[in-house]
Amino acid sequence: MAAATAGRGPGCGPGDSPEGPEAEAPERRRKAHGMLKLYYGLSEVEAAGRPAGPDPLDPTDLNGAHFDPEVYLDKLRRECPLAQLMDSETDMVRQIRALDSDMQTLVYENYNKFISATDTIRKMKNDFRKMEDEMDRLATNMAVITDFSARISATLQDRHERITKLAGVHALLRKLQFLFELPSRLTKCVELGAYGQAVRYQGRARAVLQQYQHLPSFRAIQDDCQVITARLAQQLRQRFREGGSGAPEQAECVELLLALGEPAEELCEEFLAHGRARLEEELRSLEAELGPSPPAPDVLEFTDRGGSGFVGGLCQVAAAYQELFAAQGPAGAEKLAAFARELGSRYFALVERRLAQEQGGSDNSLLVRALDRFHRRLRAPGALLAAAGLAEAATEIVERVARERLGQHLQGLQSAFLGCLTDVRQALAAPRVAGKEGPGLAELLANVASSTLSHIKASLASVHLFTAKEVSFSNKPYFRGEFCSQGVRESLIVGFIRSMCQTAQNFCESPGEKGGATPPALLLLLSRLCLDYETATISYILTLTDEQFLVQDQSPVTPVSTLCAEARETARRLLTHYVKVQGLVISQMLRKSVETRDWLSTLEPRNVRAVMKRVVEDTTAIDVQVGLLYEEGVRKAQSSDSSKRTFSVYSSSRQQGRYAPSYTPSAPMDTNLLSNIQKLFSERIDVFSPVEFNKVSVLTGIIKISLKTLLECVRLRTFGRFGLQQVQVDCHFLQLYLWRFVADEELVHLLLDEVVASAALRCPDPVPMEPSVVEVICERG
Amino acid sequence: MEDDAPVIYGLEFQARALTPQTAETDAIRFLVGTQSLKYDNQIHIIDFDDENNIINKNVLLHQAGEIWHISASPADKGVLATCYNKTADGKVVTCAAVWRMPAELEPGGHESPEDAASPAHALELLCHLGPAAHGSTACVAWEPAGDGKRVISLADNHILLWDLQESSSQAVLASSASLEGKGQLKFTTGRWSPHHNCTQVATANDTAVRGWDTRTMSQIYCIESAHGQLVRDLDFNPNKQYYLASCGDDCRVKFWDTRNVTEPVKTLEEHSHWVWGVRYNHSHDQLVLTGSSDSRVILSNMVSISSEPFGHLVDDDDLSEQEERCQGEDLGPRPGPAPPHCFPRDAGRHAGNLADCSHGFTMLAESQEPPQDSVIATYEEHEDSVYAVDWSSADPWLFASLSYDGRLVINRVPRALKYHILL
Repeated sequence: MAAATAGRGPGCGPGDSPEGPEAEAPERRRKAHGMLKLYYGLSEVEAAGRPAGPDPLDPTDLNGAHFDPEVYLDKLRRECPLAQLMDSETDMVRQIRALDSDMQTLVYENYNKFISATDTIRKMKNDFRKMEDEMDRLATNMAVITDFSARISATLQDRHERITKLAGVHALLRKLQFLFELPSRLTKCVELGAYGQAVRYQGRARAVLQQYQHLPSFRAIQDDCQVITARLAQQLRQRFREGGSGAPEQAECVELLLALGEPAEELCEEFLAHGRARLEEELRSLEAELGPSPPAPDVLEFTDRGGSGFVGGLCQVAAAYQELFAAQGPAGAEKLAAFARELGSRYFALVERRLAQEQGGSDNSLLVRALDRFHRRLRAPGALLAAAGLAEAATEIVERVARERLGQHLQGLQSAFLGCLTDVRQALAAPRVAGKEGPGLAELLANVASSTLSHIKASLASVHLFTAKEVSFSNKPYFRGEFCSQGVRESLIVGFIRSMCQTAQNFCESPGEKGGATPPALLLLLSRLCLDYETATISYILTLTDEQFLVQDQSPVTPVSTLCAEARETARRLLTHYVKVQGLVISQMLRKSVETRDWLSTLEPRNVRAVMKRVVEDTTAIDVQVGLLYEEGVRKAQSSDSSKRTFSVYSSSRQQGRYAPSYTPSAPMDTNLLSNIQKLFSERIDVFSPVEFNKVSVLTGIIKISLKTLLECVRLRTFGRFGLQQVQVDCHFLQLYLWRFVADEELVHLLLDEVVASAALRCPDPVPMEPSVVEVICERG
Repeated sequence: MEDDAPVIYGLEFQARALTPQTAETDAIRFLVGTQSLKYDNQIHIIDFDDENNIINKNVLLHQAGEIWHISASPADKGVLATCYNKTADGKVVTCAAVWRMPAELEPGGHESPEDAASPAHALELLCHLGPAAHGSTACVAWEPAGDGKRVISLADNHILLWDLQESSSQAVLASSASLEGKGQLKFTTGRWSPHHNCTQVATANDTAVRGWDTRTMSQIYCIESAHGQLVRDLDFNPNKQYYLASCGDDCRVKFWDTRNVTEPVKTLEEHSHWVWGVRYNHSHDQLVLTGSSDSRVILSNMVSISSEPFGHLVDDDDLSEQEERCQGEDLGPRPGPAPPHCFPRDAGRHAGNLADCSHGFTMLAESQEPPQDSVIATYEEHEDSVYAVDWSSADPWLFASLSYDGRLVINRVPRALKYHILL
């Protein structure tokens, strides 16, 4: 309604606006306009802005929609001067002309188009009429075709159905024929031995027969089939059991039996039992080789045969089993693992027995190669049968053998060392009999040292085979770490050095203590050997070991210094013991000579007693002996006239001083004052003191022990005048010859002085011999 | 806690024989016999005044000869036996005799110094132990617990048991046995065991130690080659009846269980020359004294084989008391934890060193660890071979040692150790 109002609005024109009934209308009309504008999307703002520009409702606007010529003219006439009016008129005429020409151009341009359009439409009208006719004809033809088709279909319908039925019957008949022929075919197959074919037929027919077994004819067939199948199965089993044929054929049998629907559980039991029988056969033959008699084939051959026979068989069984009974799942795998474990352990037991027989042998390379084969062979089934842990067990066996081997080498080294010592003993005992100087001590020492060292090297070399790169087990962690450090270095090398020290030390603790058990020369030799070990050999051996066996293990090892200290201690103890033993020999001689003689009624001395000469001879011999192995050592500077030293105890005033007070018993202490004062200035003599590693120290020790014994023995006796003089002569003789052996000749003087002084005290009638006479006697003797 | 310095007494003659006066239990008294071939030999009666650290001596003449061995009667203070050398016809024979000291000397102690210059008294001979037909007597041993009537003497290879009658004036040979074997067998020493009702005697000859039953005079046990060389001395443990100590020329001291003689229970090898004497302390048998010809006397603490093992006598109460006591005495800075075996070897060399020892003992008391066998002290006051050592019969903490040059040294057990044992 608003639109209607708007439509009429322009029609009425501005002229109507002052009219009565619609006097108050402009307000409403504007409102309706506003609504329209709203509708057409003109914004209120636009509407509001309008009054500023030319008002479209302005009737004086030439281009406006509401242009009113009368109003316009009226306005012009009223407002404009003449000139302007004239201008407007001209302008308007010009415009009108321009508009007219524009209109004409447009009309000309569009006229041609209209003409062609009209032509086209006419042509179309013509064509469509023709097409319509053709369409009509097509429709008619189509109708005819449809009609025909329907009639043919109707005619063929019946026949088609019959054909379909016949085809179905045919197929059924063929199947039936197969079924009816099945028993005979199966029989034929079984007769021909084409078990595979038979099993396939049976498999095809089984389901059908199962389904139609309620029909008597089918049932008969089924029964026949079952009988034949049973026979087939039996034959298969027969073949399976006979087992003469190899594992692959057996596997085929089992596969067929499985296809026949035989229970898998039972089959796998049977299969394993069969495998077991064959493997046991292998084991038996291996065991026969072990035999009670010494094994004919060497260990390499043995492990080879074990590897190819048993391990190969086990591999085949395992592979076939896994292929056949994969459906069995974890239970089946477990069964196989148990099977492998059991047989494997028996195999290992055999191998270990064989290896144990090998322990006595010495050919390490053969053993290592055998172990290598053994280990390598077992890695394949190990991968196949991880659960059975055969590879681990094999590695363990190899490790055990290696360990035992180390122990054996240690024993070998020890016994070789003991053998060396026995040789030395024999060599030491022999020359005396032969009367000719045998091999010298130095030579013996060199022999012992070199043979021991070469034994160690040989052991190292043969043990080294275990870690060779090409050996399959050498990269196991045990052989890379523990074997090298704990096994070879600690238990073999360090163990041997320790046991060597121990063996040597045991000589120090011989229960006899009379020195009879061990020849002193052996003590000396061992002492030097230990000392040499301390200075060089130990570090050499250990360096050699560390180089050959690149120790990667972090476990702590015995440092070289500890071993050296042990060796040095051993050397020291041996040498000290040597000194004791030799000292004891000479002491015993001196002691017997003092104890058995009747000193009271002895004759005036004419000679040095033979025992003293013997002492000097023995000391010289010891000096030579020690000199062979030990360096000279340092001694205190001596006065040039040492040998000429007068035996002065009784010639000097000292003697007077010493004995004078005793003639007049006086206050206590006087008697010994002088000797005590003398002692104050000399160091205390430690008789059995530890010795240094040199000749002088050793001899000093021996002489100290001997002279102290002499002193103590003299104090236990009572001497006559000539007894005392004899002691004087003897001591002078000893002094003449012994000073050269000791580090500090004062020591000899001191001890001998004391011997003579003690003898004088033990003499009721001390009349000393003239020193010159003593000297003459000694020089003569 | 400073230990007293040793007391030294010098004789003018050489001497080997030393014994405590066994029957005397109040005064500290030792008897020393001298060895002189040219002059009259003497027996020095040494009285030690513990309070004042003074020695009083009395000298008795022993004109029979030089004294090789001396032993005092366990029952009668005035009676003693000696083995002495007699030179006759160019031969030396060792005899044995029982003597009585002059009566006025017996109480001892009130002898004035000027009396010493007066002619010495002589011993009164009670009896000779038999004719010398049996050979040289090496040793005389009194029955330890008896009434001083029974004596064993060892002469060459004979072992003779004497009954002393009529107040010891007559010796009657009760029974005897002799050692048979190849070569010349000679007893060197013997001891009478205080156990088993005094029926056992141990003797030494060469390297062997033998036990005898005095009732049957038959051999009970024999330790063949007890030592590598000559056995010099023996002693029985006063508290453990089967334990026996021996020492000898192999520088060792060995402890034996006579029930199993194949192996020594323990061996000490501290001396550097022949060991001439070994003595158990009469009351505390862990204290063992040894003297050697290396001029040293060594006091050892043999806890492990003593009758007083650690912890046996010391209970916790005692320990805490002791600790309080220690604090009360203010021992100075308490030593920190240190190894229990801390006795310096040469602790006895100077009295001052013993202070170190005392620290050691305090610490022992504190740490509950069982102490180990150890050398307590080495005494080096002697300059010649020490041939005899013995404990005082009166004071269990005091001992004497005698060296050949006639020097007698009286020493005490370090005080710290004494308290450690007592508390």
